[in-house]
Amino acid sequence: MNPLSNYAFLDESSKREIRRATLKAISIPGYQVPFASREMPIARGWGTGGLQLTLSLVGKGDRVKVIDQGADESVNAVNIKKLVSSTTGVEVTEFTASASLIQSRHRIPEEPLQADQILILQVPIPEPLRLYERSEAATRKLHSEKEYSGAYLILFEQIMRYGRVSTGADHPVMVNDRYVMAPSPIPRFDNPKMDSSDALILLGAGREKKIYAVPPHTRVVSLDFKDHPFEIESVEGRCCRLCGATGVYFDELQDNETGETFYQCNDTAHCLSLMNAEDGV
Amino acid sequence: MGYVAVKGGQNAIEASIARIAYERLKHGVVLYPEHIRAGLRGLVDQVMSEASLYSEAVAALAIKQAEGSPEEAVFVMRAFRSTLPRIHYSFTIDSESMRAERRISATFKDIPGGQILGASYDYTHRLIDRELAGETDESAEAWLRQWFAAGSSGADATDRIGRLPKVIDYLREEGLMKSIEPDDRDPRDITKEALSFPTVRSQRLQILTRGQTGAVTALGYASLRGYTPTLHPTVAELRVGRLPVVVPNPFGDESDEDDGYYIGEIKVTEVESVVPASKAKGYGESELEFDIGYGICFGQNETKAIAMSLLDQCLENPIPGSATHDPEFVLYHIDSVEATGFISHLKLPHYVTFQSELDSVRRSRGPMRQRSLSDQGLGDGGSY
Repeated sequence: MNPLSNYAFLDESSKREIRRATLKAISIPGYQVPFASREMPIARGWGTGGLQLTLSLVGKGDRVKVIDQGADESVNAVNIKKLVSSTTGVEVTEFTASASLIQSRHRIPEEPLQADQILILQVPIPEPLRLYERSEAATRKLHSEKEYSGAYLILFEQIMRYGRVSTGADHPVMVNDRYVMAPSPIPRFDNPKMDSSDALILLGAGREKKIYAVPPHTRVVSLDFKDHPFEIESVEGRCCRLCGATGVYFDELQDNETGETFYQCNDTAHCLSLMNAEDGV
Repeated sequence: MGYVAVKGGQNAIEASIARIAYERLKHGVVLYPEHIRAGLRGLVDQVMSEASLYSEAVAALAIKQAEGSPEEAVFVMRAFRSTLPRIHYSFTIDSESMRAERRISATFKDIPGGQILGASYDYTHRLIDRELAGETDESAEAWLRQWFAAGSSGADATDRIGRLPKVIDYLREEGLMKSIEPDDRDPRDITKEALSFPTVRSQRLQILTRGQTGAVTALGYASLRGYTPTLHPTVAELRVGRLPVVVPNPFGDESDEDDGYYIGEIKVTEVESVVPASKAKGYGESELEFDIGYGICFGQNETKAIAMSLLDQCLENPIPGSATHDPEFVLYHIDSVEATGFISHLKLPHYVTFQSELDSVRRSRGPMRQRSLSDQGLGDGGSY
């Protein structure tokens, strides 16, 4: 632990203020709470919203896991873990089940989360209506009036143009039948995991200065139409080359020699635990 | 034993960090912060201004660490700023008390107090000076001896002249300036409260003054080139000089400025621009008056301060459809740390999100689904 740093980098009043915004976010599921986002020693857009949530919450007894697009060992995940542990001295872990705080960029772990865990998602663009309305003042008004025809219009135009909804990651969801929310660019595959989650899910956008939340056991529904129901990415017919898992989200890779496409679990910690389970470890 | 995670990321990061240290040190020459303060005044000023942290010492160190990259130096300064608790707010600084070293006006040739050129590149020819390559500490000393021997000094003009009146007051006395109600509300601190729209002027000025120099200049330029549908603005006054900063005495009467503590001075560039604006007279007639645009920033950053004054005037007068008059467009996009951070995040892996996008792209290229239009016999569903 770096003795020159404040505990968890930020000064205490900054952390308290972030926690206040977090409590408000939990009280109003899906509502984007503005907060005075601090500049961090990690670049804006590289997870500073998630990082400020993590640092404002982390206590001496916590165990922290950081994932970047599914991988614990991705350079940015390593970098964030390094900052958290060097300013707090808390333990970091790769095991999903043993982490109390999980900061993740764009994935919800495959292993179901528990009631005593908090998932912190990093958010680049917190505003689900931004594609439709570029003004922040206007989108805040649309949310307050629950005027979401624009959110459906985005999907409808995709259907008209491509014959289907063509959202990639970040498919919008309705939270607690009140606020349309950007789930952060998690794949559509992960959207259903937000619905009635046992764990608290917090979302932090550092650059855009917003915190929002999905409290445990909250109804989260992906937006769709009756004749165009919400669909997750197809993982059919794919299995992990390392652990043999099916029905998980995959990385698509190419064999250097044969040029053949193969698949591997995107959630590296999950893959590892499956392989170890097979080995009887 | 079982499987363990590959620690590739950790090792690669450490190697990359060592490599950047190597790049900084490979010539075997160390750059001292005092050399940066002495010789890179322009960069130190720019970095302090964009970081919104006034410390030449910290800026010089940040510039050394960043190998001279302004965006990186600003980033380091801002992160340092986040670790410092906010202890005091200073008393309002009256910029008329500036100890000016430079002061020019483009509106009138003869201004009370006179035009003071001070130090500026404006009157130099921008030719590469090959002699600087051979400059030594000795030749610098010899130059300085000569300068002082000729009776020159490093003192500020106001040490001689005293307080300088504002050029704009002359126009104000004649009633040509748009009248503006004084607004003495406490400024809203943008570092303690997220921006929300509509904004107040104190928020706008804070964001403009800490904006990235290039971004503020570019948008000011866009306004001047035609995104502002008014006549040409004029710089009524540009000043460079030093302002005293006084904070309240926490053990005495906090409202008594005479009891406050003088904690030092800051060097700033201050600009007041006048922009012709239309004023309704009634009965469908109008007349012209002057509107003011205000720019101020740490250090000597004249282009930025002028551009800021143009943008201040733009944002005071929003025009739908004009980017430079749109507070959200200007205020959300000029911050160095935010802009460079989000642009550079494109270097991060996007394996998950791209896989999801790939899924959508592949599906959209497959056979079209039956659409409701075809159900109604309006098309075959696959022809467009």
